[in-house]
Amino acid sequence: MAGIEIRNLRKQFGDLPAVDGVNLSIRDGEFLVLLGSSGSGKTTLLRMIAGLEHPTAGEIHIGGERVDGDVPPRARGIAMVFQSYALYPHRTVFQNIAFPLEASRTPRNRIEEKVRWAADMFGITRYLDRYPRQLSGGERQRVALCRALVRDPKVFLLDEPLANLDAKLRNTARDDLKQFQRRIQTTTVYVTHDQVEAMGLGDRIVVMEHGKVRQVGTPQEVYEDPVDTFVATFVGQPPMNLLALRDASLPPGTLVGFRPEHLLPRNVFGPGEELATFRFAVRRVEYLGSDRYVYGAVAESAAPEATIIAKLPGTIPLTIPEGETHEFAVPRRLLRYFDADTGLRRRP
Amino acid sequence: MKRVALYAAALGFTLFAGFPFYWMLITTFKQNRDLYVGASDLSHIPWIFNDPPTLEHVKLLFGQTDFLRWVLNTLLVVAAVVVITVAVAVPAGYSLARLAGRWGERLGMGIFFTYLIPPTLLFVPFARLVSVLGLQDSLASLILIYPTMTIPFCTWLVMGFLRSVPWEIEEQAMIDGYSRLAVIVKVAPRLIVPGILTVIVFSFTLVLQEFVYALTFISSVDKMTVSLGVPIALVRGDVYHWGALMAAALFTSIPLAIVYNVFIDRFIQGFTMGAVKG
Repeated sequence: MAGIEIRNLRKQFGDLPAVDGVNLSIRDGEFLVLLGSSGSGKTTLLRMIAGLEHPTAGEIHIGGERVDGDVPPRARGIAMVFQSYALYPHRTVFQNIAFPLEASRTPRNRIEEKVRWAADMFGITRYLDRYPRQLSGGERQRVALCRALVRDPKVFLLDEPLANLDAKLRNTARDDLKQFQRRIQTTTVYVTHDQVEAMGLGDRIVVMEHGKVRQVGTPQEVYEDPVDTFVATFVGQPPMNLLALRDASLPPGTLVGFRPEHLLPRNVFGPGEELATFRFAVRRVEYLGSDRYVYGAVAESAAPEATIIAKLPGTIPLTIPEGETHEFAVPRRLLRYFDADTGLRRRP
Repeated sequence: MKRVALYAAALGFTLFAGFPFYWMLITTFKQNRDLYVGASDLSHIPWIFNDPPTLEHVKLLFGQTDFLRWVLNTLLVVAAVVVITVAVAVPAGYSLARLAGRWGERLGMGIFFTYLIPPTLLFVPFARLVSVLGLQDSLASLILIYPTMTIPFCTWLVMGFLRSVPWEIEEQAMIDGYSRLAVIVKVAPRLIVPGILTVIVFSFTLVLQEFVYALTFISSVDKMTVSLGVPIALVRGDVYHWGALMAAALFTSIPLAIVYNVFIDRFIQGFTMGAVKG
């Protein structure tokens, strides 16, 4: 068990900074998710922790020991699961899981014991004699996790391990993974571009863009209190609405942001609520079963053409005719303010 | 309708590919009169046996030339060259693809270009080299020179092939507790078996068909390879012993055809992987 300390970490590929001065403190036993789009540097950061990539500058400490110099991957006490699972194609499931144990010269009977224990934990005991090509995606993923588990690592590094699963399987796999991590309490760093995964799995989320950390926080903090417009629009589906209001009470160059689910018809709010009211010209209503997305424009906006989205839960049965203007409102406590130039959060 | 066209096209190609073999086969067993009378008698049908078949040419090839000796020499040279090529090209290709970073790619291209220099330019300096080393008229000269053709191409082939094998499996092994050296010894060879097979088949083919170097370095009949000995012994002045020539071609190409067909899938896999991603 160990925490990870990352200080001023940089990685340059030619002229391109892939990771650009990252500071991060990962707590012992924590499930930390690195969230970002492709090219954000999240995978490079993970590969530097693993020792597969040499940092250009900066420090990495795992469990108090500095590893960024010449400590090879095998000596860092880590286990990693790649997106492709990287199973050894010519070895059976048993041999795949046993491979790390053979490296550490574990006695035969002990290997047998540990492989069976891990396979039992993931419910793949009956596949032990098969080859990876004979397994489904979900089964392969569990084999890869088993192989990571038997090393008794100090840290798990997971690189989009659910990305190759079909959508149906992904939900249950996510739940399994979270339960498994809770049980074994090993520090886990998980890379994903999928914000639903990040929100569902992470104790904390690190939002990355262009090699820099934008925000670190619990899923709730990142969702409710984004530090800038990038995080505000990157996390959440549909993204946070941002608009410049023609409102003299606000300092110039202020963007107002609110989540689509907070923009509701005026009359659903009680009288006690302090509201910001908008005249919402509805262009189109999208029926999605549990929700309706309402697309339109807000007349109070400085750019009245910009599309604003409201997300109405199925529990509000009001009919919203398309092509008409309605009174919509957002509780004032749920408004967020940003600087239009820097994108940074502003306190009103 | 589409199926019929497909089969017709396939049949056409099969006939096209198979015809040389058929021609070799009937020429091998035709009597000389049957072979040559077509030149003066236009009603003669060339692609069937007009006279009963004969073993006369086969007897000539095996009885009056050193054909079996040449086959043996060829196999010896091929085996040595294949071993040398695999031993050099596979580790070289691996290092360039996996360990040399950005320079590996450029170096690989440079190595490949040396393959493009034709033997017709190189045989003069090589002849000097061979005589300095005292290897004239010995199979050792061929074993020394042939790898200069096979190694550059095969190194490049292995590099191209490795680019299609995900690095992740080897990285995984490094995380799983193995050193880089242990990965190269324990994990990598199994991943590049098709690449190695391609290297073997390619060096085999190249050595088997090589003529210029063999002609330059070898003068004794009992040191010749098949590709050299057959034309030298069976083309006497302007007299071509077509029957025996075709018999030699037939007996060399049939085992090869069988070997190729056994490995064809892996061979193509190795080649296209190198080619497409190159």
